[in-house]
This record gives sequence, structure tokens and C-alpha cells, in this order.
Amino acid sequence: MKRFALILMLLASPLAAVQPDEVLEDPVLEARARELSKGLRCLVCRNESIDESNASLARDLRILVRDRLLAGDTDAEAVAFIVDRYGEYVLLKPDNSGANWLLWGAGPLMLLLAGGAGVIYLRGRSKAAAPDDTPLSAEEQARLDDILKE
Amino acid sequence: MERGQPAPYNHGMTTELGHFALILAFAVAIVQMIVPLIGAHKRWPGWMAVAEPAAGAQFVLTALSFGALTWAFVVSDFSLNVVVANSHSAKPMLYKISGTWGNHEGSMLLWVLIVTLFGAMAAWYGGGLPPTLRARVLAVQSAIAVAFFAFIIFTSNPFLRLEVPPFDGQDLNPLLQDPGLAFHPPFLYLGYVGLSMAFSFAVAALIEGRVDAAWGRWVRPWTLAAWIFLTIGIALGSWWAYYELGWGGFWFWDPVENASFMPWLLAAALLHSAIVVEKRESLKSWTILLAILAFGFSLIGTFIVRSGLLTSVHAFANDPERGVFILAIMAFFMGGALVLFTLRAGAMEAKGVFGLVSRESALVVNNLLLAVACFVVFVGTMWPLLAEMFFDRKLSVGPPFFNAAFTPFMVALGLILPVGSVLPWKRARISRAMWPLRYVFVLALAVGGLAFVMQTGRSMLGPMGLFLGAWLVSGTVVELMQRTGRGDNRLGRLRRLPRADWGKAVAHGGLGVTMAGIAGLTAWTVDDIRVAQIGQPFDVGSYTLTLTDVQELRGPNYLSTTGFVTLSKDGSEIAQMTPEKRFYPVAQMPTTEAAIDYNLLRDVYVVIGDQQDNGGWTVRTYIKPMTNWIWIGCALMALGGLLSLSDRRFRVAAGARKFSAVPAE
Repeated sequence: MKRFALILMLLASPLAAVQPDEVLEDPVLEARARELSKGLRCLVCRNESIDESNASLARDLRILVRDRLLAGDTDAEAVAFIVDRYGEYVLLKPDNSGANWLLWGAGPLMLLLAGGAGVIYLRGRSKAAAPDDTPLSAEEQARLDDILKE
Repeated sequence: MERGQPAPYNHGMTTELGHFALILAFAVAIVQMIVPLIGAHKRWPGWMAVAEPAAGAQFVLTALSFGALTWAFVVSDFSLNVVVANSHSAKPMLYKISGTWGNHEGSMLLWVLIVTLFGAMAAWYGGGLPPTLRARVLAVQSAIAVAFFAFIIFTSNPFLRLEVPPFDGQDLNPLLQDPGLAFHPPFLYLGYVGLSMAFSFAVAALIEGRVDAAWGRWVRPWTLAAWIFLTIGIALGSWWAYYELGWGGFWFWDPVENASFMPWLLAAALLHSAIVVEKRESLKSWTILLAILAFGFSLIGTFIVRSGLLTSVHAFANDPERGVFILAIMAFFMGGALVLFTLRAGAMEAKGVFGLVSRESALVVNNLLLAVACFVVFVGTMWPLLAEMFFDRKLSVGPPFFNAAFTPFMVALGLILPVGSVLPWKRARISRAMWPLRYVFVLALAVGGLAFVMQTGRSMLGPMGLFLGAWLVSGTVVELMQRTGRGDNRLGRLRRLPRADWGKAVAHGGLGVTMAGIAGLTAWTVDDIRVAQIGQPFDVGSYTLTLTDVQELRGPNYLSTTGFVTLSKDGSEIAQMTPEKRFYPVAQMPTTEAAIDYNLLRDVYVVIGDQQDNGGWTVRTYIKPMTNWIWIGCALMALGGLLSLSDRRFRVAAGARKFSAVPAE
């Protein structure tokens, strides 16, 4: 049983994301901090935001975000502060600068393209659906009469 | 043999037989890939007939091989490399068995087993197919099997042995020791690989140069089956993430998740466009292209997961051989199929004509939205890699991007769905079709409005989700009632509606339920983080929680710190909850086991953390509204698929030749 307790003590690794001692007194600031944390990547984790991560580096970043907010930064300033130090890799939602317009534009552009192709196709189909509206030519009428006479 | 004792090393025979069966199956697959194809080309019945017994033999041999590997895991045969790396003699039996596919080699064997299973099913139940089409389908299916047999045998052989077997194994990742995850991969694989059948049908049709209504009818059940399996697999994985990862997230837009989601989106598109081929003989070449792409995304998914390319560039560099092999398989099948497509698609002449406003057009819009949504997920998943390769930028694309870029397509899909599904084929008047939906629209607006008024804050997410949910669910009810016509005995007629109609209604309703659940959960979760002292109650939302005790306990292969929490509301106790922190000594890994009080309206989700200096414990509580709607909706979608799959016309199509001598009912 002693060994069991020892293992559990060694194990006292931070298993949780946001720790109670990090939480700010001001609920408005805390809510802003939580929201910002959800958009910042834990640098040593696999696809986790610092809000979810258990890593100690994520904890440092969470505290940094809260410090910036306490110092009076706006949301944008606090994020810019962190991006300046850690690079755009920390942003889970990339900005639309430079080549990133390809990323952001991919959906709308593809929708336009596919939508255009779709409309052309549908018009083709519905035109093909409409020939019965055009009157028969004289020749056709004559042939029809012939057939009907037989 | 006593539990905990390693097995004596006398299982050499089964293992070697398994290895032998695998190689034999490879040989059979090569024959089945070539002979029927030549037979179909030259119209030699004998050569074409090779496909059917070969497909059966291939499946039986692969099943034997997989059985032998499973047996090695069951008896903990530590002379096998994979068993040592992924199992442990003290592990519960369920996880010994699921350990078979909880590793790279075994999972690839499971993959190819399912390829051969589908091939065998097509051989056994494909009696109604024209002989040349059937021979070609089975040959293409076998070509896929050949590629993966080669991949397994040359780069990922699970039957490699150790000269000196160790005394015990290194255990399976404890996160994976969970019933939800034990069955997550097989379902996903059934889905991925099910799409190989649609692919084989598409390529065979291209070789054949013919796509007709019958083709649409044959390809649809396979796509439907694959889609059902993917739905179940994805739902299981997401549910597992929800209760196991310790903070109640259900979807992370992780590359590995996206890898399964992209084929799901395309399979959904494909099973709708196949309806147009079947009923109206239009959209043929698009449907063929979708079938090719859907399987292509399954291969991309396998590549992403197996190469580790996107999760970490280094994982790929560590094992380039496997990644390059899958890349080559992908290039061969996609490249070959697309070349064939450009050569032959022109021959697929559309027959059906229809007006701009019609069911056909609505299904085109459905396909458009699903395909573009899939494209967005694809670009988002690949962008970090592309940006690094071409623009020298190291960046991340995470959930906030996908939520912003993907969601609008799903909202649009939800908005048009009830309208599209009541539109008649060929030609419709939009005002007449929408007239019966007016009550539905008002009802949905009322539900959304009520949610907006009742919530605190002005977020539109929750109300929008409830609006969509109500719109979809009541829309399907109105559609079903409409189908019963007028007059007496509508309930009787409702019961006798074709299963396909019921399937459609249930699946579309399920989509609405899932959408409402996701929006409700995301918009209205309440969380609370605190240091709880034992015996001191605290309030979260309208609930009161008390941490009554914390104990150190011992499980079969882990140690646990278990908290005992009493959950009450308005002074009366609702539940006793036991959140745990576990430690798996063999794998040296901690896990969190959240305690969840499930309820249709909300989950209360409690996680226990570390003990603090003042003797209290970190306790994290979440009130998560409507969570279970997400998975109930997924279950409904899968059920709808099953109902549709059991529709009479597919059974008739499948057994057409078998029962041809029997007079019609």
C-alpha cells in the first residue's frame, strides 16, 4: 500500500486544464481570458488549445493571457503580444494575411465555381425538358399528318 | 492457464498458419485481379467465373489469418512482436481482443479483411449483376486487396516473431482501453472500406462504358452500408472523446477525425446522387466521380492516420517506407480511376430531363453543399502542411477556423433540406411545394425564438440550432403525413409506406436532432472550476454538489484516486457520482475518468483533479445541455440508413436471379 501511495504522489502531475489558482476574480475578464485561450494553441500538444491542455507550458500561456488582460490590454493586443513572442503557430484560427486567403477563400470560391457549374448543368437539363413548347415546323407537321393518316 | 501467467510458447502453429494464409490470400487476390478482367474483355465465361470462388477463398484465408493474430493476442503469445508492443497478460480479455486492431499492423490486417469481406459479399449476393460487370467489379475490388496485402506483407507484417520472447508485454495505450474505443476502429474501417465497393462499381462501370438506373440501384446499398458504418464509427469516437478525455469536448477537428469525416460527407453526397441515377438516370458522371473521390478520401484518411504526416512531420520521417507505400497506392488508384473517368465519362449520357425547380435540382444542391463542405475540411486539414511547404509559414488550423468556415454549409443544408425533400421529381412549383411547410416554419421560428428569449446573452448559436432541429424534425413529420395522401386510414397507410421513406424521414430527423444538440451544447455549457473541501457543498447552475470523500482504490490493471460526489437539486439528491483519476503502471500513463450524470436535457459532468495544499481537491463541474442529442441524432441517422437499406427494392435487386423462377407476390 505504501508503494501505491508513493506512485500516486509521483503522479501528482497536473491532470486538469485551467487550475483554480489561475482564475481571475473579475468574471468578465475571466470570461474574456477563457475565450482567448480557446483560440490559442498549446505549443507542445497535439492539436489542443491552451484552455484544454494539461501541459505546464499551456498553463504559463494562460497566466500570460490573464496578466495581459489585467494590464489593460484589449483582446487583440493580448493576442498580438503572444503572437509576437511565439509566432503565428499559436493561432488556432489563422489570420487572412498573405497566402492564407487561399485557406479562407477555398470554401466560398469552390462554392461559386461548383455553383456556377451546377447552374449551367441544371439549365441544360431544364432546356432539354422544354422542347415540347416549340411548335412543329411545317415539315414535321406534314410528317405527323402522314403518320396519323396511316 | 492461470491469469497473469504468460502463455507457454507452443502457439507457433496457429501463428505460422495465419502467416501462410495471409500470403496465400495475396496470391489468390492477384489471380482474381487479372483473370476475370481478361475474361470480361474477351467474353470468356470460364475466366469470368473465376472471380466468385476466388473472392470467397480470399475472404476465408484472410479471416483465418486475422483469427490467428487474434488468437495470439488472446493467449498473449509474446513471441510475436506486435503482441509484445501492444498487449499485456494482465489486461482484461476484451482489450486483449481489441488490441488486435489497436496497432498499425493489426489494423491494416483488419482493413484488408474487410476489403475481402465486401468482395465476398458482392460475389455471393451479386447474382443479379450482368456477368461482365460482376467480373470487373470483383477484379477491381481484388486489385485494392492486392495493394493492401502487399503493404502488409512487405512493410507491416504482424506475424514477425522475436527470437527471444520477453516475459510480458508493454500494454495497450490505456486511453484505448475502453469499450467505446474497442469498437470504434472496426466500424470506421467497415465504412472506409465499404466505399471501396462503390469505387469498384464506378471503375467497372467506366470499363464497361455503361451506367444506367440498375447501376444506381446496385451501388446504393453498398454506399448506404458504408455510410451507416462511418456514422456509427464517428459517433462512437466522438462519444469516447466526450467521456474519456476529461473535459467533455466531443469533436476537435483533429486531422485524424477529419480523415473519417471527409469520406462521411462524400458518402452522404454519393448516396443522394445515386438516387438520381436510379430514379431519373441523370447525374451519372458526377455520381461516378463522387464514388471515386469518396474512396479516394478513405485512402487519404488511411494515409493521414497511418503515416502520421499531419499530426507530426517527424512521425512520417521516422517511417517513410509505409507512408510512401500508401501514397503510391493512392496515386495508382486515384490516378488510374480519374484517367479512366476523363476518357469515358463523356459516354455517360444523361436521359432524364427536369426543371430548374425539382427534386433533382434539390439533390444537386445537396451534393454541392456536401462536396464543398468536404473540400473546406480538406483544405483546412492540409493547409498547415501546404503553407509550410510552399510559403514557409508554420501555422495551425484548429477548431475556430473549421467552426467558422464549415458551419455555414451545414446551416444552409439544414435550411433547404425539408424544402428539397418535399419537392416532386421532374418539375415543381416552389410555392405549392412549400405551402404545407408553413406551419413547420412557424413552429421552428417559435422554438428558436423561445430559446432566444430564455437564454442569457444574445448569442444566435443556440436559437439557430434549435430552429434548425425543429425545422428538420417537424419537416420530416409533415412530409411523411403528406405521403399518406388524403382520406381515411392515413395511419394505416403511414405504416405501409416503403421502408426507404421511413429511412429518409428518420435519418433527416436525426440530422436535425444532432444539429440542435451540437448548437445547444456549444452555446449553453456552464463550467465551474474550484478547490472543493470535503463535506462543503457548492453550487453550479441550479445544482448543488458535495465532495463527500476521496479514496485510493485499485483496479485490475490500474490505480485510482476516486472522488465521491453527491449531486442534488432543490435539496433532493439526484445522483452519487464517482469521478476518478487513474494511473496505469505498465504504460506509465495517467488518465481521467469523468463522472457523468446523463439526462436527456443535460449532462452533469464532474472531473476530479489534484489535492491542493489546503487539503481541498480541484473539482471541475460542467453542466452540458442537450449533449446526448448529438449521439441520439447519430443513432437515428444510422437507423434511417438501415431502414432504407432494408427497403424491398434492394432486396429484390440483390436476389433477382435467385428468385427469378418464383412468380411475383
